[in-house]
Amino acid sequence: MGFYVTQFMSGLAQAATLFLVASGLSIIFGVTRIVNFAHGSFYMLGAYMAYTVSDVVGGFAGFWGGIVAAALAAGVIGVVMEMVLLRRLYRSPELFQLLATFGVVLVIQDLALTIWGPEDLLGPRAPGLEGRVRILGQAFPQYDVFLIVLGPVVLALLLLLFKWTRWGTLVRAATQDREMTGALGVNERRLFTSVLFVGCALAGLGGALQVPREAVNLQMDVSMVVEAFVVVVVGGMGSLMGAFLAALLIGQLQAFGILIFPQITLVLVFLVMAVVLVVRPYGLLGKPPAAARGAAHAPEAPLRPAGLPAKLFGVAVLAVLLLLPVVAGQYALVVLTETLVLVLFAASLHFMMGPGGMVSFGHAAYFGLGAYAAGLLTKHMDGGMLAGLVTAPVLGGLGALLFGWFCVRLSGVYLAMLTLAFAQIVWSVAFQWTAVTGGDNGILGVWPAPWASAKWVYYYLTLAVVTGAVLMLRRAIFAPFGYAMRAGRDSPLRSEAIGMDVRRLQWLAFTAAGAMAGLAGGLYAYAKGSVFPTFLSVPASVDALVMVLMGGVQTIAGPLVGAAVFHGLETEVVRYTDFWRLILGGIIILLVLAFPKGIAGAADAWFGSGRSAEGRA
Amino acid sequence: MAALVVESLVKSFGGVRAVKGTSFTVDRGELLALIGPNGAGKTTTFNMVGGQLHPDSGSVKLEGRELVGLTPRAIWRMGVGRTFQITATYPSMTVAENVQMVLLSHHKRLLGWWTPAARQFRAEALELLARVGMAVQADRPSSVLAYGDLKRLELAMALANEPRLLLMDEPTAGMAPRERVELMALTADLVRERGIAVLFTEHDMDVVFAHAHRIVVMNRGEIIADGTPDAVRNDPHVQEVYLGSGAMFHGEPQGKAVVS
Repeated sequence: MGFYVTQFMSGLAQAATLFLVASGLSIIFGVTRIVNFAHGSFYMLGAYMAYTVSDVVGGFAGFWGGIVAAALAAGVIGVVMEMVLLRRLYRSPELFQLLATFGVVLVIQDLALTIWGPEDLLGPRAPGLEGRVRILGQAFPQYDVFLIVLGPVVLALLLLLFKWTRWGTLVRAATQDREMTGALGVNERRLFTSVLFVGCALAGLGGALQVPREAVNLQMDVSMVVEAFVVVVVGGMGSLMGAFLAALLIGQLQAFGILIFPQITLVLVFLVMAVVLVVRPYGLLGKPPAAARGAAHAPEAPLRPAGLPAKLFGVAVLAVLLLLPVVAGQYALVVLTETLVLVLFAASLHFMMGPGGMVSFGHAAYFGLGAYAAGLLTKHMDGGMLAGLVTAPVLGGLGALLFGWFCVRLSGVYLAMLTLAFAQIVWSVAFQWTAVTGGDNGILGVWPAPWASAKWVYYYLTLAVVTGAVLMLRRAIFAPFGYAMRAGRDSPLRSEAIGMDVRRLQWLAFTAAGAMAGLAGGLYAYAKGSVFPTFLSVPASVDALVMVLMGGVQTIAGPLVGAAVFHGLETEVVRYTDFWRLILGGIIILLVLAFPKGIAGAADAWFGSGRSAEGRA
Repeated sequence: MAALVVESLVKSFGGVRAVKGTSFTVDRGELLALIGPNGAGKTTTFNMVGGQLHPDSGSVKLEGRELVGLTPRAIWRMGVGRTFQITATYPSMTVAENVQMVLLSHHKRLLGWWTPAARQFRAEALELLARVGMAVQADRPSSVLAYGDLKRLELAMALANEPRLLLMDEPTAGMAPRERVELMALTADLVRERGIAVLFTEHDMDVVFAHAHRIVVMNRGEIIADGTPDAVRNDPHVQEVYLGSGAMFHGEPQGKAVVS
């Protein structure tokens, strides 16, 4: 009995940290509508900075002072991020800020590595709270009791802040209706800056408080940002009380899940999130978001068939790609093959994201399913490459058919989070079902058929498949199906009123995108000769998202350009420097600032190819 | 002959009984205006006919077939066109493509993966646009249209499935006075040509009394008058309700022949 009570209490302590980080994320999203992917990085920075202050100053003052200083410093860094970066992007297409904050994640990762080194840092025990209390015969850390008390205290302080101060009223007003708040003469800039300060400071505080509980490490950022997203989405975007409840729920799931299913704690968390979102699409205490008034950025211009110059350019690119094997070496061919595969992967994500208006944070799930289809076929059934390349889109499509049914019931960030949840579930299965998937060791020896084993042959095979698939997707975008997708995205109200089943259309689009991603995954498996769980991990999904956003989500050529640029950059930068994250992140940030509409979007605007002059007005 | 028969519709929101047993009919070729002060239950009634809301009880029949319980898209397929109070069009498409979209849906071609959508039903779309005077603007992005033109585009979209009943929620809201008269004259022409039944709500009494064939007046969820414009204008109960709210004088400084 005592054991379960202490387990319950450590769940509560974990919930306190989760709540601190998640509440900051929730406040930032509520007011600025920015999905701050770098939120976990502020959490990590908080932990590192608190560790350093405590290490340098030492003792009681060093530890507790370090926590306060770390929180404030995280807030200040948040302010800098807002003023230098985000402020320039409020009028950019939705989710462009997400790309920018992802650049920040990369930069902070490398900075932290440079400053604090790759080793895990073990912090001190909290001075004054080193001891343990006995609960029903079980020892329980005093510090965790402190955290359990701190959670509700911070909640109460935040609620009071929101209820009784002018600033809090403004934050609540902006969360409900940003445009109207601005129209009433509220200085939005100052409000946004201050919100970023508070939100990031809360993340930093959460990280700093974690120092006595776990070693400070470089993986804290991504793992925490995913958990914090889950908490915010389960609780309901913009609802503090919801975030608190969700944090309690997730904390307990983690505490007890580890006893019952130590292997699949993560899956358990994501399953609960999926169930909550299907039953309550806006989270436990969330409300449907107020419809944005669309004035924030220019509407997408109507589609125009490619003009002659654009067609000639396309043919020229294809000709170059066909001639490349003559001059390219083996290594270059491998990189080119991979790039082509990623072009298809990005194009499939763009298909559901651009015309379909469904953002996926977990598109790698279908890519990975395709890759595993090829891998499992080779490993367990001695299937050949052609069978693998046929099975890959089928498995990817089936996965998307199943998960899509749930996802299309939601929209916006909620939909995106549910895709992430499903991707995490697939990842866990691939990672932990060792008997079938080989777990972390993956599946090796997934080689192309003998006739295609030469690098240049496989390159041509990939080129043919990818070109065909991308042209098919493009064709679909111009066909009634693509128009119907855009119609459902532009105005669900009108679409229902003209007899369209928007949800079914979205489901079909989701499935088609999944099948195409699966095909890309199959091609990738044979190109690499192996399949690993990393193929369907969160970073792989984020890569796809970055490629699409980098190219420009409003243009059809965007994902092609984005994939080529991103993979090219990644490959080159990794070759020449250890600071590839810093440089890649920096490049992403610069690109975002220079081309707020994406690279292909900017080219369109300059050359006016395929767009009417009026459309840009 | 009655195209639409609405019988004893009831709808409550929480404790508020927004519509308390509304009954009326709309004949083929008839323009019926549903008017009343704010909160009278006009839009609620409207949305129950269009399928956006489900009534607690009552029935809505289109040419004898029950509409209650059907989705908006099923109701549309049965021949009910609709325009919205705040226009709902597709800003990422051209004016013609907006209409083509409706035609594609009407002809069940939405799942096509091959033939470009912009080439399908273009002639029909241009014809409909010509009917509402929008043919010249067919290839402009609809996102740059003036509001009055958007309203006309919406009308063309609503006509694309050859509806037998047209629902127009405040068709002239947000338009300039001259545009209002033109749009309603156009609607009246279409009604005459095609024998469509039109149910519309409206706050502009000029528009209502100039164009409606019959007027149903609602107040606090109940119908208080149902008759020709002249009969309604002279109804003492209606005068009392409107005098109380002052809404009758909206946009009518002289109050010409409205209550006097």
